[in-house]
Amino acid sequence: MLRVDIQKQLGEFSLAASFTSEGRVTGLFGASGSGKTSLINTIAGLLRPDRGSIVIDGETVDDTAAGIHVPTWRRRIGYVFQDARLFPHLDIRQNLDYGRRMNGLAEDPAQHKRVIDLLDIGALLDRRPGKLSGGERQRVALGRALLSKPRLLLLDEPLGALDESRKLEILPYLVRLRDEAGVPMVYVSHDAAELRQLATQIVMLRGGQVTAFGGVKVLTAGG
Amino acid sequence: MFEISPTEWTAILLSLRVAVIATLVATPFGIALAWLLARRDFWGKSLLDAVVHLPLVLPPVVTGYLLLLTFGKRGLVGGWLADHLGIVFAFRWTGAALACGVMSFPLLVRPIRLSIEAVDRRLEQAAETLGAAPWRVFATVTLPLALPGVLAGMVLGFAKAIGEFGATITFVSNIPGETQTISSAIYSLIQTPDGDTAAARLVIISVVLAVGALIAAEVFARRATARLHGQ
Repeated sequence: MLRVDIQKQLGEFSLAASFTSEGRVTGLFGASGSGKTSLINTIAGLLRPDRGSIVIDGETVDDTAAGIHVPTWRRRIGYVFQDARLFPHLDIRQNLDYGRRMNGLAEDPAQHKRVIDLLDIGALLDRRPGKLSGGERQRVALGRALLSKPRLLLLDEPLGALDESRKLEILPYLVRLRDEAGVPMVYVSHDAAELRQLATQIVMLRGGQVTAFGGVKVLTAGG
Repeated sequence: MFEISPTEWTAILLSLRVAVIATLVATPFGIALAWLLARRDFWGKSLLDAVVHLPLVLPPVVTGYLLLLTFGKRGLVGGWLADHLGIVFAFRWTGAALACGVMSFPLLVRPIRLSIEAVDRRLEQAAETLGAAPWRVFATVTLPLALPGVLAGMVLGFAKAIGEFGATITFVSNIPGETQTISSAIYSLIQTPDGDTAAARLVIISVVLAVGALIAAEVFARRATARLHGQ
C-alpha cells in the first residue's frame, strides 16, 4: 500500500497530491510539466515535501508534522530512471549486485537467477554498460532495482528514451514483472496506451494537481 | 659527466622522499577539500577556495616565512607540536615535506575537484535509491569515477613538490642530508666554482622527472574520459 498526501513548492510550480493506492501498478499519468517526476522523486525521498506525509507498506517515510524524513537510501525502494543510470565503472554483474551489497543482504542465487531469466539478461553479465543497447540497459536497470529487494518499485518513464520498436521489446518484460515479481510499482508515463497495458490504478496529474484517480478507465474519460 | 656523486644522490633521494611523503599526506586532505568545493555550498566557500590557491600566487618566500612563523620551534602550532607530540618541522626534512605539501596543494586539489564535478550526480542518486548511505555513495561511485583525476592530481602535486625551492629554503634552509633537495643542491652548485657539471646533471634529472609527471597526468586524464563512458 502507498499513501501520499503532500504539498511541495518548486519555484513557481506547486505540487499537491493526495491518494491512496492498493494497486499492483499505480500509474502516474500526465503531460510533461504536470509534476509526475517531482511526485515520484518525493516518494523516493529525493525531494522533501513542504507539508504532508507518505506511507510505504505501512511505514511512514515522510511526515512533516512529526519531523520524519527517512532518507532515500533507507527507504528500501527501487527506482528505474528514464536514462538507465548504470554505473559505468562496473560490469553488468557488479551493477546487478550493487543493491544487495549496499543493503547488506545475503546472496540469493535463486532470486538472482529468477530476475536474470525474467529479464533475459544472462548473456550481458560480463559486459560494460557502454557496450549495451538502450533496451538492454533498461532491462539491466530493472534487474538492478529488483535485486535490491525493494518493497516498492518506482519507474519514471522507463521507456521514454527508447524508440517504438524498442518499447515493444521491453513492454512484455514489464508485464511479466507486474505479474510475477510481486513488488508493487509506481509507473510514471505520459503515454496512455502504455499505462492501459500495465497499470491497475491511475493517478492523473495536471499542473501539479491530481485531477482524477481510479481504474484505468479514467484514461478514456479524458481527464 | 654522468657520474652522480654521493652528495647528489643524497639530494635526489631526499627530494623523492620529501615529495612522496608530501603527496601521500596531502592527498586525503586534497580529496576531502575537492569534494567540499565540488559538491557542497557553504558560507565562506570562495574564501576557502582562495586560501587553497594562495600558495600558487604568493611569493614562495612569503609562504616559507609564514610556515616558519607558524610551524617554527617558537611558532604557534610548531611549539605545541614539539612540546606535546615531539614533532619538529624546523630545519628537518619533515619541514621540507610540509613546505612542499603546502606549495603543491593547489595543483593537487584542482584535477581532483574537476573530476568530482564531472561525475554525474544522477549516478550518485541512483546509488542512493539502491540503498547506499552517503559515504558509501562516495566510496563506491564518486571516488572510483574520479580516480583518474585523483591520480592526475597526485602526479602533478608530486612534480611540483619535487621541484619546490623558495618556500623550502626559507622554512628549513639548505642543509645537505637533511633539507637539501635537488633544487637547493642546484642553487648551491651554481654558486660554487666548478659546480656547473654537477648542476647540469641535476637539472637534467629534474627535467626528466617533470616531463614524466606531465605525461603521466595526461594519460590518467584520458583514462578518466574512457571510464566515465563505461567503455
